[in-house]
Amino acid sequence: MANLTRADVQHVAHLARLGLAEEELARLEGQLNHILDQYAVLASLDTEHIPPTAQTIELANILRDDVVQPSLSVEEALSNAPERSGGHFVVPAILGGEGGA
Amino acid sequence: MTDPTRRYAHEMAALLRRGEVSSRELVEAHLAVAERQNRALNAWLVIDRRGALAGADAADRRIAEARGAGAAAMAALHPLCGLPVGLKDLVSVKGGQATAGSKILAGYIAPFDSTVTARLREAGAVILGKTNMDEFAMGSSTEHSAFGPTANPWALDRVPGGSSGGSAAAAAAYHTPLSIGTDTGGSIRQPASMCGIVGLKPTYGRVSRYGIVAFASSLDQIGPLARDARDAALLLHAVSGRDERDATSAPVPVPGGLLSLPASDDEAAGYLRGRRIALPREYFVEGMEPGVAARVREALAAMEAAGATVEEVSLPHTDYGLAAYYIIAPAECSSNLARYDGVKYGYADRSSGEYIADYLHTRGAGFGPEVKRRIMLGTYALSAGYYDAYYLKAQKVRTLIKADFDAVWAAGFDAICAPTSPTVAFPMGAKMADPVAMYLVDVCTLPINMAGLPGASIPAGLSDGLPVGLQVIGAPWSELSMLRLARAYEGITAGAPWRDVEPAELPLTDDPNTPGPIERKERLESAAAAGTGGQA
Repeated sequence: MANLTRADVQHVAHLARLGLAEEELARLEGQLNHILDQYAVLASLDTEHIPPTAQTIELANILRDDVVQPSLSVEEALSNAPERSGGHFVVPAILGGEGGA
Repeated sequence: MTDPTRRYAHEMAALLRRGEVSSRELVEAHLAVAERQNRALNAWLVIDRRGALAGADAADRRIAEARGAGAAAMAALHPLCGLPVGLKDLVSVKGGQATAGSKILAGYIAPFDSTVTARLREAGAVILGKTNMDEFAMGSSTEHSAFGPTANPWALDRVPGGSSGGSAAAAAAYHTPLSIGTDTGGSIRQPASMCGIVGLKPTYGRVSRYGIVAFASSLDQIGPLARDARDAALLLHAVSGRDERDATSAPVPVPGGLLSLPASDDEAAGYLRGRRIALPREYFVEGMEPGVAARVREALAAMEAAGATVEEVSLPHTDYGLAAYYIIAPAECSSNLARYDGVKYGYADRSSGEYIADYLHTRGAGFGPEVKRRIMLGTYALSAGYYDAYYLKAQKVRTLIKADFDAVWAAGFDAICAPTSPTVAFPMGAKMADPVAMYLVDVCTLPINMAGLPGASIPAGLSDGLPVGLQVIGAPWSELSMLRLARAYEGITAGAPWRDVEPAELPLTDDPNTPGPIERKERLESAAAAGTGGQA
């Protein structure tokens, strides 16, 4: 169905926010193409009129009453943060820099 | 009294109630074996001696109080009260680690209990420690753990299966009578099969996933591993049921019958009379070891002799399962694992000071090769231009796979029986260089996750001295019937010679220089690097 080039692999890695070394990219190019080859079998199946299945139990719109319940304290929520400031997580700046969104 | 670790959980529960053993004695005995064999197995990432002994003492107090309060209070105790349990290291236990086998979660301390943990505590079960696993439950051999592989207690140079390999090995080696695993494509059943024990993946929605590290959310389920059907039923009973904190847990009653599977082999065997069992011909896949196929056919012949009817059926879309699964599971994993961003918890590389670069470095260094491979596959399958060809197509195929099973239930069958894995436990390193070969290990188990059905693996004899698993697949919510069938099979094979074959005694050692699976893996890798140019 598809043939991934090195540039494609690099593009997908960037979308996935995975920093990969050259040898990882090289290995993944071969492995991903081999795995994608296995997907080809699906194309032989006519599914035009088949609805997709996203989940298998028929639960829908599970709601609960909107009542206050105990939850993690700020201290607990921040307890694993690599970097914090007061009651907040510290995140890298996303505005203004070269890589800004 | 004989070594208490060799008993079944239901036997331990009876001894506790009669006051013939204390929970502290039971837990001490298990800790002593686990601590001294973990060098050889690497089944445990944490053995929590202090927490386990505190839990045992609390259970002993509960039992003493109940005894003082009379028969009704004793009857109200859950059978698991005072019994040791191992938890796969992706189950949150407040104040403890939950690495999910990944470097990216090394050092993370869970600030809350999972619902499974809370329910086990309520029952009075004693958490012995956390078991090894493939990173983020992605793998079929436990070799993808960032903390070294686990060995199979039946053959130390072989894998225990995976991803719940630590949980399976620990129960098979008598470190614990019970352990919790998770199963996204076979990760409870396949290691249970390869380690010669019982493992059950419940119906999707049976057990709350609150506080469990997610892999693929439309497929993941939590379930028991144990050395017999009765024990698996007790553990399933303790952790099942609707949970407000997991909207995908279903409001389906937990069958009380799980606590009273028949003790007598003859009574248990009676369940088979008049049952209709389907044998799907597509599950005898190319590459299946003849010994595995033979044990499965013999098991079905034995059930027939006990009064069941076995009929061959077709599940015609089986051949598409692997491809569809390896689109859906990676797609969901790529989404779930986006949360590892080096901001809220876990490993973080913030050296660049630039947010995209920080992400790239954090995730590039934090995830292992198999997890990266699946994130890449999933991201690609969901990316613009490919969504319809891959993800949507796979979801449509999922509909067809589920319909295959629905037709079997509509035809009135009580269960489907099949092999659990095409092979017995394979040598460490055998499939690490070829991801597709590793994926094929789950070819008989992953369709069950795609259909959301309950599936169990039960021991069905040996091939070349290694355990073979029989897979029992049930209609949604039929876990009790499946376990009755499993118990019946135990009943009719109680006298079979293979039932007495055990893993060889493992070396007991405190010597850190004894080679364990980590050293064996390193040796294999350096041999492979010297020969064929290394591996994945």
